[in-house]
Amino acid sequence: MPDTLVSLPDFSGIVADLGDAVIETVVAHGEVTLVTTRERLIEALTYLRNQARFEMLVDETCVDYFPQEPRFAIVYQLNSLSRTMRLRVKVFLSEHDKTIPSACAVYLSANWLEREIYDLFGVTFEGHPDLRRILMPAGYEGHPLLKEVPVTVEEVAFSFNRRRIDADKPYARE
Amino acid sequence: MPANNPTLHEAPESVLTESNAQLDITLEQLKKLVTPRAFTGETMLLNMGPQHPSTHGVLRLLLELDGETIVSCIPDIGFLHTGIEKTHEGKTYSKGIPLTDRIDYLAPLSNNLAYVGCVEKLLDLEVPLRAQYIRVILLELTRMNSHLVWLGTHALDIGAMSVFLYCMREREMILDVYELVAGARMMTSYFRVGGLWRDIPPGFTDLVQKILDVFPERLLEYEKLLKDNPMWKERTVGIGVIGKEDAIAYGMTGPSLRGSGVNYDVRKAYPYSSYDQFEFSVPVGSNGDVYDRYRCRMEEFHQSLKIIEQAMKRLPAGPVMVDNRKIAPPPKHEIAYSMESLIHHFKLWTEGFSVPEGEAYFAVESGKGEFGCYISANGGPKPRRVHFRAPSLCNLQALPRMSRGCLIADMVAIVGSIDIVLGEVDR
Repeated sequence: MPDTLVSLPDFSGIVADLGDAVIETVVAHGEVTLVTTRERLIEALTYLRNQARFEMLVDETCVDYFPQEPRFAIVYQLNSLSRTMRLRVKVFLSEHDKTIPSACAVYLSANWLEREIYDLFGVTFEGHPDLRRILMPAGYEGHPLLKEVPVTVEEVAFSFNRRRIDADKPYARE
Repeated sequence: MPANNPTLHEAPESVLTESNAQLDITLEQLKKLVTPRAFTGETMLLNMGPQHPSTHGVLRLLLELDGETIVSCIPDIGFLHTGIEKTHEGKTYSKGIPLTDRIDYLAPLSNNLAYVGCVEKLLDLEVPLRAQYIRVILLELTRMNSHLVWLGTHALDIGAMSVFLYCMREREMILDVYELVAGARMMTSYFRVGGLWRDIPPGFTDLVQKILDVFPERLLEYEKLLKDNPMWKERTVGIGVIGKEDAIAYGMTGPSLRGSGVNYDVRKAYPYSSYDQFEFSVPVGSNGDVYDRYRCRMEEFHQSLKIIEQAMKRLPAGPVMVDNRKIAPPPKHEIAYSMESLIHHFKLWTEGFSVPEGEAYFAVESGKGEFGCYISANGGPKPRRVHFRAPSLCNLQALPRMSRGCLIADMVAIVGSIDIVLGEVDR
């Protein structure tokens, strides 16, 4: 598997065109990852869709890198049907400012995927047409895929039983 | 049960004292989703599901109807959310495999491969050719299994009862193969990181050969029942149409995308598990309606049989697991006399193997579409993040677009035609 960008001419052209919107390029396991910034994200995605012909946003997800800072990464998996190429775009987000522009205007498929990230990680997408919970039940409090939520069996906290569950917890309270 | 369990009369009171966060959807949000006519009473809001036999699980649809015509459709999912991705964070890489069976419970082996393939990619493992071939045989059987359940239920939804019974009969033959190789009929967990759990047992060839012999004529039976049936065509031709560009924009994959005339199949575009060594074609539709999606899947049966036949004929000899003892468990008999094997066994079953820090995305073509797995590894024996790219989720997202302007009875046909499994949508 090629591990440098030099052996992938298609991708070096893309990186050159994007210029300083790309702050880092990683090639590993035969996959190319471009790291961009929150401010240049929509510009980069629009270019990748229209000029570089990555027509499909296959997947969008979030990774919690706790305790590193910046803590979150939003990961976009792009697929070009016409050029048979895959590309991953990553944006790092700070724990203190979990907002990012929504990709819905560029890729329609981002709609539910972003709702899922909002639901599970609490990241807010600016300009999203319908940002509300998608997987967790109505009335659920918190964001379950954050690292501070333990991987243990716990009664699901709804708004109507949260206080009681909290009262049963073994930790000290005032 | 703790003594202070909430009683029924306790709950509503606390609901009233908290914010309105417990509401599923606020009026402001609803206004954005339906047309203003819903507020004047000109159109009607109708709830469909989650307990509805034709929603293939627990899918809830909020429909805005003008008479019997669908004006807008708001899918509501999450009823089957089991937190599989979170559970993965607390399990070693090998212990994660049985969890993947439960994502798309009609195609357990496709899920297994997406997951183990992703871990293998992170470890840079080369799987023995025999294991790759056996994987291909089982994956194609899984595709047929998935399509059989789809065909049966889809036809049942539209009103053709006997197809369902036939499909379940043939599905038994495939489940028998699962049972033979893995010991389980549904939740197989047969693939391991680096190969297979064990080599195929004797009798496998006969069972698969029987499927190869029987299926072509059974497929003819299905075709006779539906293909040119005027009632079937009335319900499917020109219904739930979605164009090429829209299908791509919504991220649709699999037969649902190919029904719209886009030739994209992961097996051809990014071959895995030696799919590039087999000859097969990818059936593509043109109109993007329910009937074309049906035709694509029916043609895929023939292609799957073709691949299985080639793989059985050319099945190479050799091991079915990598020989790296840091990943592959040692054979049981070695543990009795080799100290090193015992240590490896102990380490693998207590701590598990470590995967170097990094991230990878690996996709397979499951019966539903591109089933992908994204793993972010932190260098330890447990993953930092495992995410599954579920084809059903993206295909379902296009449902409002497909169903606009259709009759409410067509909704049942359209939901059936995109072949969703709610276990995969909600994960």
